[in-house]
Amino acid sequence: MNAQLRAAEAGGGAAPTAPFIEFENASITYGKGARAVQALAPTSLKIAEGEFVALVGPSGCGKSTILKMVGELLKPSTGFVFVAGREIGANPIRIGMAYQNPTLLPWLNIRDNVMLPLKIVPPFRQGFRAKRNSEFRDRVETLLKQVGLTGFAEKYPYQLSGGMMQRANLCRALVHDPDLLLLDEPFGALDQFTREELWAVMQDLWLSKKLTVILVTHDLREAAYLASRICVMSARPGRILDDQIVELPRPRTIDMTFQPDFVELNQKLRAMIVGARGGTGIVSHPPGAA
Amino acid sequence: MERILDTLREKGASTALILGFFVAWELFCLVANISDILLPRPTQIIAALVKFWPAIWPHTYQTLYTTLVGFSIGVVIGLFLGVLIGSSRLAYDTAYPLLVGFSSIPKVAVVPIFVLWYGAGTVPAILTAMIICIFPIVVNVATGIATVEPELEDVMKTLKASKLDILWNVSLPRSMPYFFAALKVAITLAFVGSVVAETVASNRGIGNMMMIASSSFNVPLVFAGLFVLAGLGVTLYVLFSLIEHRVTGWAHRKTDLASP
Repeated sequence: MNAQLRAAEAGGGAAPTAPFIEFENASITYGKGARAVQALAPTSLKIAEGEFVALVGPSGCGKSTILKMVGELLKPSTGFVFVAGREIGANPIRIGMAYQNPTLLPWLNIRDNVMLPLKIVPPFRQGFRAKRNSEFRDRVETLLKQVGLTGFAEKYPYQLSGGMMQRANLCRALVHDPDLLLLDEPFGALDQFTREELWAVMQDLWLSKKLTVILVTHDLREAAYLASRICVMSARPGRILDDQIVELPRPRTIDMTFQPDFVELNQKLRAMIVGARGGTGIVSHPPGAA
Repeated sequence: MERILDTLREKGASTALILGFFVAWELFCLVANISDILLPRPTQIIAALVKFWPAIWPHTYQTLYTTLVGFSIGVVIGLFLGVLIGSSRLAYDTAYPLLVGFSSIPKVAVVPIFVLWYGAGTVPAILTAMIICIFPIVVNVATGIATVEPELEDVMKTLKASKLDILWNVSLPRSMPYFFAALKVAITLAFVGSVVAETVASNRGIGNMMMIASSSFNVPLVFAGLFVLAGLGVTLYVLFSLIEHRVTGWAHRKTDLASP
């Protein structure tokens, strides 16, 4: 497979480097026989290193399925998924992941919660005991400062608000310097204002670390604010209906979300998703008909 | 200040209830003129406890010994099986029916078998105490381990954590509240196990002492045996509650928050 990939790389002059993540007709089918449900239709998708890709689409369209395949939690039923030029299961890259549910460990304070990946991921796990009170402590402190949690290292999760827990969750996903960050509706359960605050935090993190991010979200404003590229997916079985680069300048601000070009982008995305849902028979009027 | 008063009120009520219970018992026996062959008064029981203490002590020691040894072995086996069953869906589905089968056997019924194998004495008491406390520990630990949030497991798997990493960092600490809840149940059950075995087949232990005392109609001594058992049970329960609160305080934060 590597040879094939290298050939593709040599042939395609458009992309200077091999895609960081590549889906090659990858599909996912749950169940067997008559009860089989195809969650994701054969999908091809290329993501370059350093991109911030948002996946939007109706519920149950396979957005999270794509995320899980990249994170090696699911193997494609057909086709291939390559991460950093290797088939999944064999890739050496470091991945960080954050869900809507912050899943902080209630028996550890925020510092130890954020440190958890360092206990597990090599090379950090070698010498964890020696470094936990020096180097790693500073590393966590720096991250906490970046997300606005300075002074909360000694607190326990239950002493934090939902927004703060989600900030700590982001730190845990980033502490081991991942090459790839997978976010599954991380801000979904937060109120509007906290969410907008965290968008800014997330944007700063991405701009400073230049990592590759895949974000699954229902919130179109969130996708347009954060992403450098948005993929719109159809209803189940999921397909990628539209794939577009977001040209808005960085760093983006909340004020920009009320500007005409941002609103226009939002309306376009919304129309596509309404159309995609229409395919299920739930919404029947075509977009823009009124 | 208010907090101290609150604690006093709380503890005061339960202390008053306990004292009231014994006072009512004493008065009831006196007023209804009940013979001490049927139901001795608490004061008579305490008198018997003091009078026979040199004879009671070796039995107490024996019962405590068999109970604690059986309990310790049971905890180790229970924890091991619980981790094993909780960590894998297949093991859970495979082993659970067998476990339920074992647990539904009245443990008294296996005492004769242990006696057959090992003779009357210490060993059957230890084994009965052990077997009776395995099940609640297995079930609780397995539940604690099997109910780790799937999102958290995903996060750990994307970090390429091994099964052992997940067990050590997430599943085991997470199941500790369940484990301690089971320990409190198991320690009281372990006393049931050892005393039952002693009554059936032993020449030592509180159970045996109570059998002998009742056959010689020394009813205050029988009740003194009950008091000793209650005392031992309560002491160990309190001990495990204290350890539980230290180790798994994070799981009980609500009560701490309620009275800041």
